[in-house]
Amino acid sequence: MTLTAPAGTPVIEVSHVSTKFGKAVVHQDVSLTINQGEVFVIAGGNGCGKSTLLREILGLTTPSSGTIRLFGIDSRQLDVSDGGAIHRRFGVMFQHGALFSSLTLAENVAVPLREHTNLRPKLIREIVEIKIAMVGLPPDSAGKYPNELSGGMRRRAALARAIVMDPELVFLDEPTAGLDPIIAAGFDDLVLSLKTHLGLTVVMVTHDLDSLWRISTRVAVLGDGRVLGIGTMQELSQSDDPIIREYFHGPRGRAAHEQAMWNQLKAGN
Amino acid sequence: MPVEQQAIISVSGNVVQCRGAWTLSNLNDLERRIERLGWPTASEAICDVGEVTAMDTGGALLLQRIESDLVRMGKAVSVRGLKPEFAELVRMVQAKARLNHASPAQQAGWEKPPLQSVKIGTDGVIRALAFLGETTVAIGQSLLRPRLIRWRAMLRVVEFDGVRALPITGLLTFLVGVVIAYQGAEQLRKFGTNIFIVDLVGISLLREIAPLIVAILIAGRSGSAYAAEIGTMKVTEELDAVRTLGVSPINLLVLPRTFALVLTLPLLTVYADILGVFGGMLIASGQLNVSFAEFLDRFDEAVAVRHLLIGLAKAPFFAVIIALVGCYQGFQIRGGVDDVGRHTTISVVQSIFLVIVFDAVCSVVTSWWDL
Repeated sequence: MTLTAPAGTPVIEVSHVSTKFGKAVVHQDVSLTINQGEVFVIAGGNGCGKSTLLREILGLTTPSSGTIRLFGIDSRQLDVSDGGAIHRRFGVMFQHGALFSSLTLAENVAVPLREHTNLRPKLIREIVEIKIAMVGLPPDSAGKYPNELSGGMRRRAALARAIVMDPELVFLDEPTAGLDPIIAAGFDDLVLSLKTHLGLTVVMVTHDLDSLWRISTRVAVLGDGRVLGIGTMQELSQSDDPIIREYFHGPRGRAAHEQAMWNQLKAGN
Repeated sequence: MPVEQQAIISVSGNVVQCRGAWTLSNLNDLERRIERLGWPTASEAICDVGEVTAMDTGGALLLQRIESDLVRMGKAVSVRGLKPEFAELVRMVQAKARLNHASPAQQAGWEKPPLQSVKIGTDGVIRALAFLGETTVAIGQSLLRPRLIRWRAMLRVVEFDGVRALPITGLLTFLVGVVIAYQGAEQLRKFGTNIFIVDLVGISLLREIAPLIVAILIAGRSGSAYAAEIGTMKVTEELDAVRTLGVSPINLLVLPRTFALVLTLPLLTVYADILGVFGGMLIASGQLNVSFAEFLDRFDEAVAVRHLLIGLAKAPFFAVIIALVGCYQGFQIRGGVDDVGRHTTISVVQSIFLVIVFDAVCSVVTSWWDL
């Protein structure tokens, strides 16, 4: 955020990445760059390797060839032996939250602070309370365990944990999948407001066409193991690639587009 | 990169000077500095944050804290020089902090006693009885209609929990036979009654030790696995899926395991008897000059068949205890992953406990009946 290089410098550089699991080819020669301050969405059909790419950026899986740089550091060197110096600079929200089930919501959110800072308990507590309020969870949910929370609340809690260190970069893996439309829209607003408040760079994997139109600054569409297209939603919706066309101009894509146009009109008036 | 890597605060006159990087890594020092600070004495104070180079939520929180401290001392506070890029953050932190102060309910998450009072209620007993009843009915139904028994699942359990347990049970009872014979050999040699090693090893192993060792081993090896498997299925909603498919989880999961163990445990016990006695036999010939032939002759007359039968008769009961406790604990898992671990442990402790209690009761009863 405030400590970082000016906007426009690449935060993530994926260059010529290929991934094979046995004989199955997941990616071949995928390259993309994600800049400071973007809301970058990785989109594409089921099984096109979006989540694998995300895991590779995070250093959880190693690509078969090619390099990925996160803050200029090869993601293969991302391990916890350096005390998590790089890990402090990003937060990850996993698809199902991945909250620690033996800890309460507040304790879950406090984990990064407890691990990476020497702050006193009182200050940790205050920061955690603010983050819980920031993601729109009621204060009385702080003492609840993950299994006592609804799916939407769990996502919010996971987001609070991801942003508790005020990272520069946040990864969101399908943040709105399985949420009702109202909560999903609320989540989009939340991501946007956090982006403005905390100056986040957001990398998001999603299928949600409404989110794509509403919050993305740039989108990469993956398919057939390649990057089929990169650009703003406007640019992509004019693409000639048959898969991208199908993705954005199917019945759902059109509806989402119309909705987005309508919202823009309303905002314009 | 920022010019100032530290977070600095100082007071001059009625101005509180804030400088540097007000970010998480500096906040601990900053908080200490704030505590040592003498606040301005005038009734008006100015927070000058013009030279703050970086600020995150924690920093904004501390700034907010300074302000509210000053306000509490009855001073009028104004913030000067807040950079526009931090203004949004500070404003939001202030709003949220007020919100949090308004509702003290959040205390719940933090000041929970480390040990929540252990509730020893009657529900546990009732649930256990309900499970026992349900299982008994299911067992009765399948015995009346053996076609209902899931033979394939049962055979799989026999393979995993019986056949694959052969090496470890064999090794363990062999060693126990060796140990008993060694310990007995010292004493028997003193009295010159070497041949009684056969009675010692034979009766103790066949009647008590082999069934018990096998049961304890299987409780640790299979009972825990049952609890963990069923518990994980519960966490991942697989059990609910089974129910909505119109299949009883008891029939699908509990019965095959129970039947398989009832079949396997006596077989394992016979096998353990043989290897245990063999271990004793080796030591008898090595330490006490009792040859294999002498040993087996004496075995025939000294060790009555009833010892073997009593040992084997207990095995199916042990099997039922282990299978039911393991499965029951699996079904009790409610929450998440840590619950699986907890109930797995409970299942092992409980089933070993119950096995030993049952064994003790058997000893008392058989001695009443002079068996």
